[in-house]
Amino acid sequence: MALWTLIGLAEGKATTGWPLKPGPDGQDGVIGMPRLESERCDAGCSICVNVCPTHAIALADEGLALDYGRCVVCQVCVEACPTDALTESNNWAFGVRARDDLRTAASVAPVARPSPSRHSFHRSLHVRHVDAGSCNGCESELQALNNPFYNLHRLGIFFTPSPRFADLLLVTGPVTRAMLEPLRRTWEAMPEPRWAMASGTCAVSGGIAPGGPCLSGLEDVFPVDLYLPGCPPNPAAIIEALLMFLGRIQQRLHRGKMNDE
Amino acid sequence: MNVAVRRHFDRFELEEAARTLRAQGGRMIMLYAAPEAGGTQSVRYVSSRAGIGFDIWVVPADTAIPSLATIWPLLGWYERETADHRGIVFSGQPEPFSLIAPLRSAEEADLRRLPDISGDAVQILPFGPVRAGVVESAEFSFFYIGEAILHYVPHLFLKHRGMEDRFTGQTPETGLVLAERISGVGSAAHALAYSQAIEAAAGVTVPDRVRYQRVIVAELERLYNHLHYLGHLADTTTLKVGHAEGVLLAERVKQINARVTGSRFLRGVIAPGGMRRDLRIDGLASALDELRQPIRKYINRLDASESYFDRLATTGLLPREIAFDQGATGPVARASGLDRDLRRDHTYAAYADPDLAFSVATHETGDADARARVRIAEIENSIVMIQRAITLTPTGKIRIPCLPSPNSEALGWAESPRGTLIYAVHFGEDGRLARVKIKSPSFSNWRVFPYTVHNTNMMDYAINEASFGLTIAGCAR
Repeated sequence: MALWTLIGLAEGKATTGWPLKPGPDGQDGVIGMPRLESERCDAGCSICVNVCPTHAIALADEGLALDYGRCVVCQVCVEACPTDALTESNNWAFGVRARDDLRTAASVAPVARPSPSRHSFHRSLHVRHVDAGSCNGCESELQALNNPFYNLHRLGIFFTPSPRFADLLLVTGPVTRAMLEPLRRTWEAMPEPRWAMASGTCAVSGGIAPGGPCLSGLEDVFPVDLYLPGCPPNPAAIIEALLMFLGRIQQRLHRGKMNDE
Repeated sequence: MNVAVRRHFDRFELEEAARTLRAQGGRMIMLYAAPEAGGTQSVRYVSSRAGIGFDIWVVPADTAIPSLATIWPLLGWYERETADHRGIVFSGQPEPFSLIAPLRSAEEADLRRLPDISGDAVQILPFGPVRAGVVESAEFSFFYIGEAILHYVPHLFLKHRGMEDRFTGQTPETGLVLAERISGVGSAAHALAYSQAIEAAAGVTVPDRVRYQRVIVAELERLYNHLHYLGHLADTTTLKVGHAEGVLLAERVKQINARVTGSRFLRGVIAPGGMRRDLRIDGLASALDELRQPIRKYINRLDASESYFDRLATTGLLPREIAFDQGATGPVARASGLDRDLRRDHTYAAYADPDLAFSVATHETGDADARARVRIAEIENSIVMIQRAITLTPTGKIRIPCLPSPNSEALGWAESPRGTLIYAVHFGEDGRLARVKIKSPSFSNWRVFPYTVHNTNMMDYAINEASFGLTIAGCAR
């Protein structure tokens, strides 16, 4: 029995230094959200608008309007675009505080709900997860956060079994009607101050499954403090979003544009 | 249409045909409601006979159809699901209440009331749907005395998303985006079964390069799923380091997936007519070589851990007869002595190539240990098959046009990491999807699972559940 621990120790550290120190984020090769350069569009072209399965792209006065909150990263628009206005990217760090920051056509300055104060968490964050109708892709990546490579604990962020200890409710899935009541009761069991996170495109906007037995995301239930689209968001994207929420790193996406673009 | 026989039946001939199928050593697989000309519906029964292929029986659904659940118990859930969503009546159904939809009436609620178990010491534990840890939502009712579980009822459809209906009106391309999001950890198998159904409806055969690349993608999916499975199983036996090492190996394969396909879940590559992008195969062989030794050592260490083995042996016994009658599939069925695997029995992609060295592993004991051992054998076989497929992949095209004609229909299938996955696709007059039915392995295995829980004990429950390797999303759809 003791051999497990001994051999485990002998194998050395598997955890990456990222994001605090140099080290890989583990997402080599991951294709992210499409990049939009609408100045390349042909006048009158609406191919991408018609092929997008989640209606994430619309025609607006100023050209194309892309809502990353609806994007399921399927790349169908990238393949269909005849002029390279939509191209493949490696951008996946799309966590934002205000829903409008996921829209390229946000006309007014996006407004986020109040930030948690520095004293809210005493430097550690406790998260209660609720699956409200996901495909299990989001759960697979949330579970990965505590594998030795990412080792979320080292960042002072913990998943808690009880909502009584939780600061943040992290919800996946479009919210099925059958899960509505358990979700509300979990939220009500959390002590104040409390925050809510929509993780994954389904929770942000309904994703591939809005309507019918489902609502269109967490916003239909209560106010959301943190949005992270992705299908599913990879573990590094979840870590970035949580650190951004804690004020430990900067939000990288504003009005549908990455900072470095 | 890629089905051996398609027969039109009158509902009066149905029971006789079902008995004959059983007597001839065949196997019923599923049923579903399909649209027919003139706005009517039929019920399609899909069965298979070894060496022959799939049979489809078509029965008009204008009046009540006799239930076959007493002859083929595994059909029980399909009948109830079809009654829920399509309004078809199955007369003589032994469980005549809804499976997925909210209960239709007070009488139904009365029928579904939990078993009448009473006595001072009997307690009822409703558990879920929000459970400890990061897990999928489902609710379980345990009837127990102390450690002993008398009876167990799972409620699995709280996260039903109506996914099959969402295919209606889609094109083959946009339908693919949905198929990849039925069960996230089965994305590649879903894309494969769906694409093969569309290809069969269109009557096209994919190029050889595609056939081998699909083996690589499908086996990478099996690899990360089974490694995660072993880690999770070790966790339930409180082998903490064994848990950490198992899930770390799974993470390494997910990172390989991303480098090869652009997606940790192998999405966005397999498509009707071939592949959406060529696999980035450089470095895959050496990355797998690097993993081979750690995986071997990890499995050896599990094998040498008596505390782990002792918790698995004789836990969650699934006798072969129950596995067959209730419709167990995949590693769960193979661990109970049922020698079935679609990759061999109804072969597809490149699995028939003897140079791939594909083999089917079975065990006889039907316990948690057997279920783990079948998966261990599959892990090793998957690595070999990927390595060989890399060198066997010929050059050539990776995609051909694939346009099903209006009103065409077909079946497509794949052996997912969890077992038999079947897509039935029907196209409408407009050339768009009119009906898609998904038979998922977790729907089948969740039906079986409670039979291994009744009359066992609480201490074994988590281990037993982990040993089945189920998903809720795949079951609820």
